Amino acid sequence: MTVTTPDLVEPATQEMPGRAGAATGQRRGAIATSIMMVLALLWLFPLAWAVINSFREYTYTQTHGYLSFGGWTLHNYKQAWEQGQFGLHFKNSLIITVPAVAITLLLASMVGFVLARFSFRLNLALLGFFLAANMLPPQALLVPVFRMFKDISLPLFMSDTGSMLNSYWSLILVNVAFQLGFCTFVLSNYMKTIPHEIYESAEIDGANVWRQYWQLTLPLVRPALAALAVLEVTWIYNEFFWATVLMSRTDKFPITSALNNLRGQFFTDTNLVAAGSVMVALPVLIVFFVLQRQFVSGLTLGATKG
Amino acid sequence: MTATESHATTSGRGSSAAPKPRRRRRLSITDRIVVGLMVAVPALLVLWLVWLPAMGSVALSFGTWNGIGSVDQIKWVGFQNYHDIATIYPPFWPAMRHNLIWLVFLFVFPTMLGILLAVVLDGNMRFGRFYQTAFYLPVVLSLALIGFIWQLFYSRDQGLLNDVFHTQVDWYGDPKINLWAVLVATAWRHTGYVMLLYLAGLKSVDNSLREAAAVDGANQVQTFFRVVFPVMRPINVIVLVIVVIESLRAFDLVWVINKGRNGLEIIAALVSQNVVGEATRYGFGSALAVIMMVISSVFIAIYLRIVFKEEQR
Repeated sequence: MTVTTPDLVEPATQEMPGRAGAATGQRRGAIATSIMMVLALLWLFPLAWAVINSFREYTYTQTHGYLSFGGWTLHNYKQAWEQGQFGLHFKNSLIITVPAVAITLLLASMVGFVLARFSFRLNLALLGFFLAANMLPPQALLVPVFRMFKDISLPLFMSDTGSMLNSYWSLILVNVAFQLGFCTFVLSNYMKTIPHEIYESAEIDGANVWRQYWQLTLPLVRPALAALAVLEVTWIYNEFFWATVLMSRTDKFPITSALNNLRGQFFTDTNLVAAGSVMVALPVLIVFFVLQRQFVSGLTLGATKG
Repeated sequence: MTATESHATTSGRGSSAAPKPRRRRRLSITDRIVVGLMVAVPALLVLWLVWLPAMGSVALSFGTWNGIGSVDQIKWVGFQNYHDIATIYPPFWPAMRHNLIWLVFLFVFPTMLGILLAVVLDGNMRFGRFYQTAFYLPVVLSLALIGFIWQLFYSRDQGLLNDVFHTQVDWYGDPKINLWAVLVATAWRHTGYVMLLYLAGLKSVDNSLREAAAVDGANQVQTFFRVVFPVMRPINVIVLVIVVIESLRAFDLVWVINKGRNGLEIIAALVSQNVVGEATRYGFGSALAVIMMVISSVFIAIYLRIVFKEEQR
């Protein structure tokens, strides 16, 4: 499969463009359709394979090989859940993701509002300040952030280790700081489509800036907020780097970085890993299927002018 | 910085900017404070957690420090770290090469395929939605998770590939091939991402352009390369920048496999090894980080230029 993927592209290159248009011949259309179908199934295969094998007994697949049929069981899920402490890690993910997304959207919408509502001379610089921060490689900031967090002590009710390192706060704040740029950019673009007359009449009615933001702009940009919320939930849930380096205690790991627990040092039960992977993927897959439109529009709002 | 300065410009320009249709009164003092805070709070957060650490990395890269003692234990050594990286740090050049291979591979295969798929799916194809869904399904998964999912193919004793071909290849472990194995797994996700971005771009192309080209007798291929592709220049560059940044940031997949050793050295993993690994060499790690930062800043600059141009339109 590894080698065939690029190969399959070749025929597609020649056939596809001709097909996209009107009736250039049904035969070419049929070829194009079947190539697409094969590619699409190929793309679905890895996940399907993980799902299938997550339901199979390890001993059965060991004796009969993976190209067999049978050995169905639910046991992998139970074992993965217990051995990987999935309950704990899902809770950690929830504790980190929900506040991080909420704070990101709140702060980004405030900056976006100011950028869209007023035309200060520094607007562009401000946008660049946030947007560039979003694109810096996080590893480039690792040393100072790591060391700084180590030195910041938090009261015990905020962090049971008494330090910023190994606390949920560190991950929430870092995620917010990193996601702000993208969200600000998308939201300010979206807010610029709001006609300015609305603000003028609001001003005449005596609404101050905060009320204009809170009661006028925010309700109007609800679609963009929804799209970004979906996208940010997936991104922050999937975040791996900071969660790995800022948390040294495994019981604090969010689910994405906790999967490693399922891998023994010398021995790996692939079916168990499959069950774990499916469980980790499940929340984002649900989000994806239920809120597909929001997800796509969130991603593309940033690429094209909203 | 930002808050106060925007204040100054508000009051200064508030009335002079009036010729535009947006007539605005001067902001009251409370409003100005509110506006200031709305910008200052997020800006300070980003300053604290992104820009100051970025500058910190640059500063630390000129010293040696094990990170245990306080800041005044840093010994300043000038460019020594950079010199050591280039001369006596074995994984550095392989890492640079791997990152470059990563970039070229991502660009040549998944990016091109993603663009191609977008162009095909942009027409009203039957089952178009199904295909789209299939291709961007992996985009919602984290790369760390993708590493685990692909282990089901790559594992030496239990992987599908070895089962089918009756081989004993350790796809993730063999330093001669593991980079390629990882790249294929990455491509699985990257293709859909590019397709999605490109589809959005294609939707924004004015359809009358296509019609005009058709009237002039251009076929589909000509229309795409001569008309649509040039119009999509901003998207093209953004996709290019994303590919570069992604391949420079590559980390998750490699880290879950073997923490970036044994054929999978990449620059992001080297930074982490020097900071959270057994040996804490902060100065050395920072110098590696700065190298990453310098390379990425070129492309960030390109990206910002496009965004600003679009903004000013």
